Amino acid sequence: MITTTTPRRTARAAALLGALTIVVGTVLGTLPAHADEPGAPPAATEAPKVDLVLDGSGSMRTKDLQGKSRMEVAQQSISEVIDALPEETEFGIRTLGATYPGSDQKEGCKDTQQLYPVGKTNKVEAKTAVATVRPTGWTPIGIALRAAAQDLGTGPTTRRIVLITDGEDTCAPPDPCDVARELASQGIHLVVDTLGLAHDDKTRQQLICIANATGGTFTDVRSQDQLTERVKQLVERAQDTHAVAPAKVTGTDRCADAPVLSPGVYTDREKFSEHRVYRVPVKAGEELRASVSVTPDRAVARDYGVLLQATDTSGQELVRGSDAGSGRTDVASTGVRWSAAEDDDGDGDGDSSASASPAKGSGSGSGAKSAARTVCLVVSNSFAAQAGVQADPGLPLELTVDVAAASPAPDGPAMGLGRGWILLGVLTLAGLLAGLLFGWLARWRIAVWREN
Amino acid sequence: MRKLRTAAATAAAAFTGLLLLAPAPASAASPSASPSPSASGTGKPVVHSVGTSFLTATTLASGQDADVPVSTGDYLYWAFPAAEGQTATVQVRVTLPDAADRHGPQTWTVELFDGLRRRQSCTAGPQNGTAEQDAATLELSCTLRQIRSWAEPWSGDPLPGTYYVRLSTPDIPQTDLGLASTVHVHVAAKGGADDAQPEGGSLKAPLVPPVNAGATAAAEAAAPSPSASATYAAAPAEEESHWYSDLFSGWNTRWWWTIAGGVLAALAGVLGYTLTRHPRGHHPHRPAPASAPVPHQGPPAQPRQDSWQ
Repeated sequence: MITTTTPRRTARAAALLGALTIVVGTVLGTLPAHADEPGAPPAATEAPKVDLVLDGSGSMRTKDLQGKSRMEVAQQSISEVIDALPEETEFGIRTLGATYPGSDQKEGCKDTQQLYPVGKTNKVEAKTAVATVRPTGWTPIGIALRAAAQDLGTGPTTRRIVLITDGEDTCAPPDPCDVARELASQGIHLVVDTLGLAHDDKTRQQLICIANATGGTFTDVRSQDQLTERVKQLVERAQDTHAVAPAKVTGTDRCADAPVLSPGVYTDREKFSEHRVYRVPVKAGEELRASVSVTPDRAVARDYGVLLQATDTSGQELVRGSDAGSGRTDVASTGVRWSAAEDDDGDGDGDSSASASPAKGSGSGSGAKSAARTVCLVVSNSFAAQAGVQADPGLPLELTVDVAAASPAPDGPAMGLGRGWILLGVLTLAGLLAGLLFGWLARWRIAVWREN
Repeated sequence: MRKLRTAAATAAAAFTGLLLLAPAPASAASPSASPSPSASGTGKPVVHSVGTSFLTATTLASGQDADVPVSTGDYLYWAFPAAEGQTATVQVRVTLPDAADRHGPQTWTVELFDGLRRRQSCTAGPQNGTAEQDAATLELSCTLRQIRSWAEPWSGDPLPGTYYVRLSTPDIPQTDLGLASTVHVHVAAKGGADDAQPEGGSLKAPLVPPVNAGATAAAEAAAPSPSASATYAAAPAEEESHWYSDLFSGWNTRWWWTIAGGVLAALAGVLGYTLTRHPRGHHPHRPAPASAPVPHQGPPAQPRQDSWQ
């Protein structure tokens, strides 16, 4: 029978367990999370490089920004930006149309000078150099962009050109927008951010075109504060993101000779209606993850779409991802996940802990006993060019490939364990009924025994 | 009898207490907490930057705000980590440019993408809005579906990992592009791993995309493994593993429920037994009307009812 010590013992055990629970909880709660540093940029191999291209054309004399001339506003803003320049940023300044005062277009359109070379900046010297610029000549934006790209050189990280101008290019050809697209397609990771000081439609259109072609931004400057703040923001952005630069790759139109990709980010060019194919080896027990973004860097029709297919080497589709939309956009993106079906007999490569994936492999792949199975990624887009838009070079395409551990389907409800108040109620009721039954049985048995 | 009842009550209370305590360590260990351990809810600094592509997206912690001056028409990207069981909500307030500089209505849209850049549906909130020419501000929001703990590779369900917020202006007069506006973004998440579905499922590696440049391999050496140099976007805090992790396999609460159920059933059984045995207290030696000297007179299978009273 129950003794008097039992409640105490039970209570003690419960208290002990409770205390243990609290201690464990506290310890767990105070342990630092093992999170990867979110968004930690990859180790920079180069300093961020920014080249500022300042328009020195005659129209910069116009006094239409809060009573000051455009040139004054630009010079004061640039001085403030130089003052606030981050230590490691390599900053240079180039002018266009600032030296040739004549009316000969041929001469005027060659007029671009490196005012301050890209490198560690002596702030006093740089500010003095900016102060000497006088509004003078033509507006050769195209060749200035080319020269600025040369100033910045090539390297593994992203370079940034900040173009401050007040007028459309008066020197085309080369059309500055074509120049920008050409520079972007060379794979030198160049971004051009444009800032317009004038507000006419043609200038705006041209600057938007340059920005779109290189993945940059366009700003319509209405005040000096806005200009200063924006350029500072762009310099900071260069510092934060310059190290993020995808590797260049060229996809093929067939799987057999497609480039083999390892996890990472890639960039390529894809024309309208073109297919680009890449290969990724995926081992058993691994999961392929791929995503793609196609950028319409020129005028395209309103509706668009992108498709990413994963196929096996025979062209059998494994999985597809697609997205579509309409309106103004910078990218159309989609992604896929796919993991290989495990061999049931197990190939003994030590990865047997992962149970069978719910997928049955496609017929052609079922015989694959090799360690890695090749998956082909086919990227296609349904962007359509507007009339008169050139098709070459193709649209920029960004492909991200990752191979991670596959996640097999869960085994279902928790090894026969239950949860919830209904469970407690049912078990308690069952216990009570069992107790009553046994009690009655026992009573009856004793009664019978006594009777006998 | 009274002692027994007291004992049962005490034990039941103790185990109920234990049961209530049980979820505490589970939730503490879950990644539902903010990714920065030091952050304490309100104290997170406001971010003043924004990315312009998926790759350069600025990372926001859950509960963190971003307040950024932008040019109208920019494509603005932020990334935030979300863990299983969470339901994330992104709220955006746009302060539009001066009405005097604008030429027509403009439409802003906030879109959410998962770590694989797959579009994710919003379950609530005006995801896009059109501001008339004289409007000063625009408010948008998007609530994600609850993050699942596992999904088939072929499905597009939201999984733990990085999520991208893209704020853009799909419809705007070209003359209004580039004007200065200000954007305020707030990312909040509620819920945690306790109610993640499907139960027992887990994604072995969160959907966190690499951001490092890749390398093409020769076809022969086609066995690239996730390189040590790979760098990744914003990841949710990992669930810590302990010596008992495998034992309980992430189903802690089920163990506690089941154990508590067993204990309650046992106690109820004892209680029921005792109730039937001694309904009126102790009468162990009540004299029987027809006592021992009469062996096996009637069929023993018919206990007389009056003998119970």
